[in-house]
Amino acid sequence: MSTPTLSRARKTGVKSIDGTRASLAWLTVPALVFFVAFAIIPLGGVIVLSFMHWDGIGDISWAGFANWASVLSDPLTGGSLWTTVKVILISCAIQIPISLLLGVFTAGFQRYRAVLSVLFFVPILLSSAAVALTFTALLDPNFGLSGAIPIEALKQDWLGNPDLALAVVVFVLSWQHIPFHVLVYQGGVRQIPQSLYEAASIDGANVVQQFFTITVPQLKYTFITSTTLMVVGTLTYFDLIFVLTGGGPGHATTVLPLFMYLEGFRANDMGGASVLGVILAVFGLGLALLIQRLGGKNRQASQLEGA
Amino acid sequence: MMSLRTASAPRSTTGPTSTAPLRKSRKPLNVPAGAAGFLWLTVVILPIYYVVITSFKDQQGFFASNPFLPAENPTLANYQLVLENDFFRYLANSLIVTAGAVLPAVLISFMAAYAIVRGNGRLLTGVSRLFLLGLAIPLQATIIPIYWGITKLYLYDSLLALILPGIAFAVPVSVLILANFLRDVPNELFESMRLDGCSDWSMMWRLAFPLIRPAIVTIAIYNALNVWNSFLFPLILTQSAENRVLPLSLWAFQGEFTINTPAILAAVVLSALPLVFVYIVGRRQLVAGLTAGFSK
Repeated sequence: MSTPTLSRARKTGVKSIDGTRASLAWLTVPALVFFVAFAIIPLGGVIVLSFMHWDGIGDISWAGFANWASVLSDPLTGGSLWTTVKVILISCAIQIPISLLLGVFTAGFQRYRAVLSVLFFVPILLSSAAVALTFTALLDPNFGLSGAIPIEALKQDWLGNPDLALAVVVFVLSWQHIPFHVLVYQGGVRQIPQSLYEAASIDGANVVQQFFTITVPQLKYTFITSTTLMVVGTLTYFDLIFVLTGGGPGHATTVLPLFMYLEGFRANDMGGASVLGVILAVFGLGLALLIQRLGGKNRQASQLEGA
Repeated sequence: MMSLRTASAPRSTTGPTSTAPLRKSRKPLNVPAGAAGFLWLTVVILPIYYVVITSFKDQQGFFASNPFLPAENPTLANYQLVLENDFFRYLANSLIVTAGAVLPAVLISFMAAYAIVRGNGRLLTGVSRLFLLGLAIPLQATIIPIYWGITKLYLYDSLLALILPGIAFAVPVSVLILANFLRDVPNELFESMRLDGCSDWSMMWRLAFPLIRPAIVTIAIYNALNVWNSFLFPLILTQSAENRVLPLSLWAFQGEFTINTPAILAAVVLSALPLVFVYIVGRRQLVAGLTAGFSK
């Protein structure tokens, strides 16, 4: 995500060097002030608070490594981390292929596809709270889906059974977020030069071969952007799970950010919650860097050679 | 299901060109892709359909009727109940917070993006990197220090408490996307204005701003979606019903109405209506802008 932006920035900058350019830096001040005050300083603050005792109301006092020791020895920490990893992996495994295929599908200019796209994007408009309440009602064992369709398999206590609840969470997360990633892939597909497909057709490649030899490789950076947003996004999906299951049943759907909230604002242990906040930030940054690394560093190399 | 989609979707890759109509006429209809598309449509629409029809049922009808058939005796009582429960106050709060966060966020992000694209030097590279960091780190990790700071500023349980972090969290993605669009403005335009004696400040507003206005509208809508639907900040930074925003009100309705599912779903519909309206009016711009913005 970062490399192309920065390298392009440097290029355009160099193209028109003159003495006055550096003075533009002051234009970033307002954005910087807000970003530093409400994102960068709190990022430092979360580290500081992880070494403090605080119940959220009273005084803050030094705790040393006490919070770290108690959080790291709490089996729920590892449990919520594992739940988070499961949610990320499964929801990526669902969202990436569907988003890719729907992105390719909606990139087509056929009229019916344009009409379908309009409807595909509707979930984007709903808040997580609205989506959660929708599925709570829909999955009600008596008055939802199973009341309408007489299939025994649908008569489940979807949100009461720990294994099913996690599956439901992943499904609903995917339902809510696939539309956005479809948009991203759609844009990526439309930027692929048509000449590549024409050349492939002349060489006798069929559509499936074209998909795997042209579309998929050409979407590499779209894939990196989309997946980064997907993974980091999953680490922030707190609200949907909070309203849908509250982390339950038991702790079956307690992901890391939800555990952090519960620890801080329900158990009134802000120090412990800050430890979880640090873990969350490091985990997210690590995953984002990993995806960038896997995607390859050399993004300046042209994908369009010969196009 | 998956194999069907895998086999079918590639066909559509041949779609996008300016000669689309011509192309279409000699291309056979891709039946499996179409079928998969309609299958996904069902997955998307079914829950929404259920919400809408259920919101018109009275409680008796809800318990007795088939959940997927429209109400036999449609009623507006659920909507009335939600509207009478301070819905308009929550709506106004959401509007204030969204406008209050998005307008400043877009303006300051535009200024920063302009500096990053048109300026140079290590300082700006560093600033750009800092913003990108904000995209990679789940900023929700900072809720506890933000809660601390907001209480120290005596802003706890106020709309301003939602607006300030809202601005900050919108900055990284806004700067990234606006910068992507600003890079496409030909350098010659700036140079010719510079020769006419224009300062960077006036070029920024008189040249760059109008030229990338679609991107600005897009990023405004995108941020508005995020702020409008935000749940975590309102949950931890406000308390009273007076400062409740819509998503939080849905959660509160769920607590109040408990088993009155039709009323809860009426609240869901009402909370979504403003954005549905925006989508109907500005869909083309939103979709075109988002694809262009994130796909670079």
